[in-house]
Amino acid sequence: MSQSDIFIVLIAMIGGAIRVSTPFMFVALGECVTEKSGRINLGLEGNLVLGAMVAYAGSYTTGSPWIGVLMAGFSGLVLGAMHGYICKLPKVNDIAVGIAFMSFGTGLAFFFGKPYIQPTAPRLEAIPLGGWSSDPSIAQALQVNPLFFVGIVLALFLWWALANTRWGLIVRMTGDSAASARAMGVSVDLVRLLATAAGGFLAGVGGAFLSLFYPGSWNEGLSSGQGLMAVALVIFARWDPLRCVLAALLFGAAGAIGPALQSIGVSQGYYFFNAAPYILTLFIMIASARSKSAAREAPGELSIVK
Amino acid sequence: MTAIVASTPLGRGGLNPRTIGMIEALLIPVGALVASAVLFSVFLLFLGKSPVTFFGLIWTGGFGSAFSIQNTLQRSAPLILTGLAFAIPARIGLTLIGAEGALVLGGFSAAAVAIPLVSGGWTPVIGLPVMALSAMAVGAVWIGLAGWLRHYRGVNETISSLLLSYIAIAIMNFFVEGALRDPASANKPSTMPIGDAYRVGSMPGTSVHWGLAAGVLLSVLLYILMSRTTFGFAARMTGGNVRAAQAQGLPVGALVVSCCAIAGACAGLAGFFEVAAIHGQANASLVAGYGFTGILVAFLARQNPLAVIPVAILFGALQAAGGLVQRRMGMPDATVLVLQGMIFVVLLVSETFYGRIPFLQPKREGGR
Repeated sequence: MSQSDIFIVLIAMIGGAIRVSTPFMFVALGECVTEKSGRINLGLEGNLVLGAMVAYAGSYTTGSPWIGVLMAGFSGLVLGAMHGYICKLPKVNDIAVGIAFMSFGTGLAFFFGKPYIQPTAPRLEAIPLGGWSSDPSIAQALQVNPLFFVGIVLALFLWWALANTRWGLIVRMTGDSAASARAMGVSVDLVRLLATAAGGFLAGVGGAFLSLFYPGSWNEGLSSGQGLMAVALVIFARWDPLRCVLAALLFGAAGAIGPALQSIGVSQGYYFFNAAPYILTLFIMIASARSKSAAREAPGELSIVK
Repeated sequence: MTAIVASTPLGRGGLNPRTIGMIEALLIPVGALVASAVLFSVFLLFLGKSPVTFFGLIWTGGFGSAFSIQNTLQRSAPLILTGLAFAIPARIGLTLIGAEGALVLGGFSAAAVAIPLVSGGWTPVIGLPVMALSAMAVGAVWIGLAGWLRHYRGVNETISSLLLSYIAIAIMNFFVEGALRDPASANKPSTMPIGDAYRVGSMPGTSVHWGLAAGVLLSVLLYILMSRTTFGFAARMTGGNVRAAQAQGLPVGALVVSCCAIAGACAGLAGFFEVAAIHGQANASLVAGYGFTGILVAFLARQNPLAVIPVAILFGALQAAGGLVQRRMGMPDATVLVLQGMIFVVLLVSETFYGRIPFLQPKREGGR
């Protein structure tokens, strides 16, 4: 591998990290809010797939991809609210409900998405940040989608809001101790319902990115566990929105290894590199489980870290 | 089964808590099925389709003729095994959703082991058991790993088992697209066909392969194991309360890993039958969602290995009828997925009714 090859791979990986990370980022931020309130939603994979389908269909019928993004968010909101409502019933296990919503959301998306596999919907426009460079690979890599910046602004906002606002305090208190939240007169179920619905909305928007930007079309193999990896990513990021962004970028880079190597003609092991994000997630989970700092920062009510 | 905490051991009408538990375990899932059928009918009416036609077609396609019954049974065979793969770890308190990966990897390893066996001219009498055992061993290691990580490393088993599934599929793709690819499989990369001699045949008098018999046999054996042996008692006790089990000196780690290994072996065996009885080679067709439907099967069966059999047959029928619904009503093949998802959600909602059905509640004494 020559020096220029390494350069091309690096550029492709940076570009890939920016591109691939956005859906991770949205799902992870959504899950972060939900988990901060003390509940876990494993079903965001379903929101992601349904969001991707709804966004594509919305963009196709209205001609505006941004309306598609909003519609995707609302489809995720509905699924999230359903999850939040069901989980407040006594004796219902939130992890199992998540698995059910994973299959329900995916089923709905495949069912209603059949007519939209063929047609081409208007896609989200990228911002060509690489215009200064004459190198086509740099220009290619720096085609950044506005949703990426929306995600970063959102992460900053959540980071600030969770720490400094009344709402943030209520969410964190509910997540750390339902009993003290009740003592303060906060409706635990309502806070968690809203937090799950908000998380669902963000996951739906993440799905919109998949179908409207990268890979940029709707088909049934669009998502392959990004929604679930994002849940693991939140644990790794220790429930901090800013670290969620960094973790999403890391996952994006891992996902971009295969295509980046392929771009310089190394196709050996392409399928193996496809597994890189999953293997990375697994190792991160092994490393972060039982870590003392993770245990300290985990919301006290969260079932998954107990 | 939910224990009924009662001030008196007898409920209304002299029913004891155990009987009430059994009535609930039957009534509530059946109620959930009916409720989801009603919900799905509303869904169909919204789409302008007839629910009567739909459920009629499900009946015709699933049980309407000798052919469709055999088709149903054929499809329920892997569902029994993947249902067991969820149910057994669930008894010890684990939510493992990685049966899909164990099935794929098991099927792949059976096909891979078959290559030297076939070319070496080994008789199928030796070869098939070797294939089945390797599929079960690989599955056991795969899910056992998730259990090991859970117990010894504190890694959440639900997420890790699903990640392992994706890794398993990637491993199969890696070999099927590369080193073990049959050059003749141009459009759909596959391993070398195992050949007709190595095919697992049908059970006498039917066109249903032996996987069904294996599934039923394993269900019975695992039922006995989980409810009639010391191992099963220790496992269920661990599932009830890990700390108490540890305090009693039970080998919790070994129990967890062995339950997971049993689960993986079941899923791996399902993969073996998919390869040796259906596809004849390993390829992407192995990723057919049996592992995920198995989760629903186990939930509906309330993690009871014996109840897994009828529930798996029910869902086998649903899948068998999927094609008919698609052709006759012009609905996409994902219709069955929507119905399954709906059943799943309603079923979990129904969990809330355990111990809360008014007429089954024990009478309270003391006039409260």
